[in-house]
Amino acid sequence: MNVANPEGYTTPDGRRIGGVLMEMKNITLRFGGVNAITNISFDIRDGEIRAIIGPNGAGKSSMLNVISGFYVPQEGEVWFKGYKRGPMKPYQVARLGIARTFQNIALFDGMSVLDNIMTGRLTMMKSGLLGQAIWWGGAQREETENREKVEKIIDFLEIQNIRKTPVGRLPYGLKKRVELARALAAEPKLLLLDEPMAGMNVEEKEDMSRFILDVNDEFGTTIALIEHDMGVVMDLSDRVVVMDYGKKIGDGTPDEVRNNQDVIDAYLGVSHD
Amino acid sequence: MPDQLLYAMEAGLNGLMAGVMYALVALGFVLIFKASGIFNYAQGVLALFAALTLVGLQDGQVPFAHLINAVFGTDLHSFGWTLPAVVAIALAAGVMVLLAVVIEKLVLQHLVNQAPIILFMATIGMAYFLEGLGDLMWGADIKKLDIGLPQGINETIDTLTYNAFGYGFFIDNLDIVATVVAAVLVISLTLFSQYTKYGRALRAVADDHQAALSVGISLRFIWVLVWSIAGIVALVAGIMWGSKSGVQFSLSLIALKALPVLMLGGFTSIPGAIVGGLIIGMGEKLFEFWIGPMIGGATENWFAYVLALVFLVFRPQGLFGEKIIERV
Repeated sequence: MNVANPEGYTTPDGRRIGGVLMEMKNITLRFGGVNAITNISFDIRDGEIRAIIGPNGAGKSSMLNVISGFYVPQEGEVWFKGYKRGPMKPYQVARLGIARTFQNIALFDGMSVLDNIMTGRLTMMKSGLLGQAIWWGGAQREETENREKVEKIIDFLEIQNIRKTPVGRLPYGLKKRVELARALAAEPKLLLLDEPMAGMNVEEKEDMSRFILDVNDEFGTTIALIEHDMGVVMDLSDRVVVMDYGKKIGDGTPDEVRNNQDVIDAYLGVSHD
Repeated sequence: MPDQLLYAMEAGLNGLMAGVMYALVALGFVLIFKASGIFNYAQGVLALFAALTLVGLQDGQVPFAHLINAVFGTDLHSFGWTLPAVVAIALAAGVMVLLAVVIEKLVLQHLVNQAPIILFMATIGMAYFLEGLGDLMWGADIKKLDIGLPQGINETIDTLTYNAFGYGFFIDNLDIVATVVAAVLVISLTLFSQYTKYGRALRAVADDHQAALSVGISLRFIWVLVWSIAGIVALVAGIMWGSKSGVQFSLSLIALKALPVLMLGGFTSIPGAIVGGLIIGMGEKLFEFWIGPMIGGATENWFAYVLALVFLVFRPQGLFGEKIIERV
């Protein structure tokens, strides 16, 4: 297995990974005088599960926010599908086919699970304001079609029984799942997961891991995820980027990363004498 | 049936109709509050501005006539046309949409992610600005608004009730029209927000800006949309109030009566705005009718506020508002 091959590679479990889908080139992000990210480059291949790990404050979430357009880096280039991406608003990035979830869960609490997931399909719905206002012509058909797609995702993530429940009433683990469903509803090319398993118990973590693998397998969705739980990351991901204090200190397969001295130092701490 | 009860019924019915008028104003507040969490102090002024614009357009008034005349020494007053009501309303609606775009561009866009109180202050500023702008554009005199809505006593109801009870009820035709219009408005707005993709986007933005952005919703578009709708609702309210009592600057004060309506109905519920309006309208008329004479009258001035106060104590989220549950 040669993960550096630009044509792609085949994983040990036989999945075929394609060429570069997204490339971050020399990204630097500053908040005032603080460097959140310093000159980081890495790529995400089509169809792979890519993890970004690192201790607290390493700049992982900042990196995800750069990819999803919530932060605009001061330096560096973001390439997606072979094109350089200019500075974009988050909603424009979403329309490119990049969906995300949030570390602290950003769902629409007052709306039902179904409505929440339906918002994920807003960018797919083409009928105009007037058509929607008088609920005529394409608008109705479109609603039905999109509803069918959403029902499939609901089945896939096994949340049929809470379809009509307002999201605000759901327990934490299920909220995380609904958020994943909403992101999936957009049929993204690239799915960004910000700590999908934070605060979950073992059973919920196992469920979530299974869903992430299934999503990647069935829809061929490329996934980039941030996670604290090293065990989970190593099991799930094809390649791992390791960050510490805003710098990249490791990049490669889980095995390579596990044996990288810098990474071991960053996680276990090392005396600087 | 005793006379006293008949009079009370008439007063109650009239109260219901007056309540519809309050509700029309309250509706504009609810729309903006739902979508952006902003309490739009300028809603009453929006109604005034809309009504002024409508009258101005209809009568072919030259906007900023006083200013132009003062600067250039001209003597402009009127274009000399009278537009058909439908055309004038369509144009006025267009102006309200334009105003929404301008408000978004000049005010809201610069206040993204600010605390609600900041936005509230901004709307107070907007209210005074718009009031001045309306004055400058169309003049400060009281104007007659006539788009051909029926006015005066409804003969059918008068005759029917006279035959039934031996006492004819006085119900104004304009109030009946206002009721029908309000009903249509509420039903269509509710359907729009519940069942269309824009409605869903609207509720999404109201709930969580960040999450809305992440699913590809443009906040700016939604804000323009919601302020446009609120502007058009304000136009409807302006038309009704203007037809009833003339277009005058005290119209912006009716916004105050919408406050107790909102406290009753809940700030986030469209049907709540209507029910709240009806309760306040009927309540104050009946209270004035029965209790008023005992305590010296003029209860209509304060009844609504006292009722709202009682609600604040016992049910702060209003009748239909979302109950806020905090998890610890």
